[in-house]
Amino acid sequence: MRKQILNYLEKNSRIDLAELAVLLDTDEVTIANEVAAMEREKIICGYHTLIDWEKAGVELVNALIEVRVTPQRNRGFDRIAERIYNYPEVTAVYLISGGYDLLVTLEGKTLQEVAGFVSDKLSTLEDVLSTATYFILKKYKDHGTILTRKTKSERMLVTP
Amino acid sequence: MRNPLSKKITDIEPSGIRKFFDIVSEMKDAISLGVGEPDFDTPWRIREEGIYSLEQGRTFYTSNAGLRELKEEICKYQKRKIQVDYVPEREVIVTVGGSEAIDIAFRTMLDAGDEVLIPQPSYVSYLPCAVMADGVPVVIPLQQKNEFKLTAEELEAAITPRTKILVLPFPNNPTGSIMTREELEPIAEIVKKYDLYVLSDEIYSELTYGRQHASIASFPGMKERTLVINGFSKGFAMTGWRLGYVCGPAGILSQMLKLHQYAIMCAPTNSQYAAVEGLRHCEGDVRMMREAYNQRRRYLMHELRRMRMECFEPYGAFYIFPCIKEFGMSSEEFAERFLAEEKVAVVPGTAFGESGEGHIRISYAYSLDDLKVAVGRLGRFVDRLRSER
Repeated sequence: MRKQILNYLEKNSRIDLAELAVLLDTDEVTIANEVAAMEREKIICGYHTLIDWEKAGVELVNALIEVRVTPQRNRGFDRIAERIYNYPEVTAVYLISGGYDLLVTLEGKTLQEVAGFVSDKLSTLEDVLSTATYFILKKYKDHGTILTRKTKSERMLVTP
Repeated sequence: MRNPLSKKITDIEPSGIRKFFDIVSEMKDAISLGVGEPDFDTPWRIREEGIYSLEQGRTFYTSNAGLRELKEEICKYQKRKIQVDYVPEREVIVTVGGSEAIDIAFRTMLDAGDEVLIPQPSYVSYLPCAVMADGVPVVIPLQQKNEFKLTAEELEAAITPRTKILVLPFPNNPTGSIMTREELEPIAEIVKKYDLYVLSDEIYSELTYGRQHASIASFPGMKERTLVINGFSKGFAMTGWRLGYVCGPAGILSQMLKLHQYAIMCAPTNSQYAAVEGLRHCEGDVRMMREAYNQRRRYLMHELRRMRMECFEPYGAFYIFPCIKEFGMSSEEFAERFLAEEKVAVVPGTAFGESGEGHIRISYAYSLDDLKVAVGRLGRFVDRLRSER
């Protein structure tokens, strides 16, 4: 049941719980209890909205930054990751296998703002060896949702 | 000038759905619950394989019965799904949709005057195809009290010395009914007792909810007297690719292959390559679509109960078949008024045979958002009809 609820909420967190109960063939109390329990257990970590900011006329700059760092004795990458993810403009931090260590995603209002953050804050951390910054030019698909999808159906209205 | 037309074709009624389609398509901004095909796009893996096959220049005929890889995958699939062993070389033909398989099966098996038992309500093409093959269609009207399943008594009562083929259209379009293993067993016994053949149209086999699909071909002694028809249109959301198949005894299929060869040559090559990918890798996509249909089915049943509309719970395909007898009008009148007053298209039950009278077919091959709008209008319409009475 939990997995079914999560599968649904991941796509549509605004669904009415009574309606979700109908779709999953159970009662509303069960759903409400499970959702509350999963919120407490931090299985559900938040309810966000996927926004196409470009369509909203708001200019935002998104960047991906590869960061190579020196891991610390006993703490590995956790300490340096924390120093980076605590900045509010950082939207995600991942430890990565391969040619570099951390992948940081960043959101800023302007190119200068993002560039400034990288040169002033990120590069100057003592364990950071190097950074490489990539600016996102266009989002085609985000969080499993295709942002440029045409929606008109081409099915005929009535078929046997 | 001489009449260019044969009496056989002019005697056939045009489909009742066609008539309705013409009305709907003239109406601006009508919404529809009348579609008999999935709302999902074909899974991308399958579409991409179709594109790749074109890039590779695979644009020639395949062998008449179909690509070897596809026939092999179909046989593995049938073994998995209905536990029947078919031999790829002799016991499967890839056809242009399930429809072609129905047509060539009748034309291969019927002599003039042979009777074909057709349980109705059911898909619109069995009856005309039987007529075009010089067969005599004999309709078995299924009953609401049995949830439109075929019973052994109904079957036995319809059998005559000329009866040759029984059509088994389950999971059913338009009623959504399925027949379980237990319910098929007595049917299989009668088929053997009277030495009949079965054309089992299992095109909706992937779409059953909470109950396993069962094929009559899997009963002892039934494989040799059953043609199993299936395809990619419904379960894999591939209607426009026009790809189906028939599995059955080599003795029948080798003769069907002659017709297929002369009339069709082979099913579309591109579609065949794409379908191989579907059978090998798209079980997860099919499951995802099935779960979405199931959620919509539950939603619709819930809403219909709230409206106090009479409807048995269907466990297959993507249709529900509510009863509208309380409103004192025919299915056709109901559908026409619903369209005129609320701009929602549903298909009258009579489009699928006389025994569909008193019912309408509602398709749930629509997004939940679309269904909500349509259900809101249905509720308003039903309230109005009740207050009129």
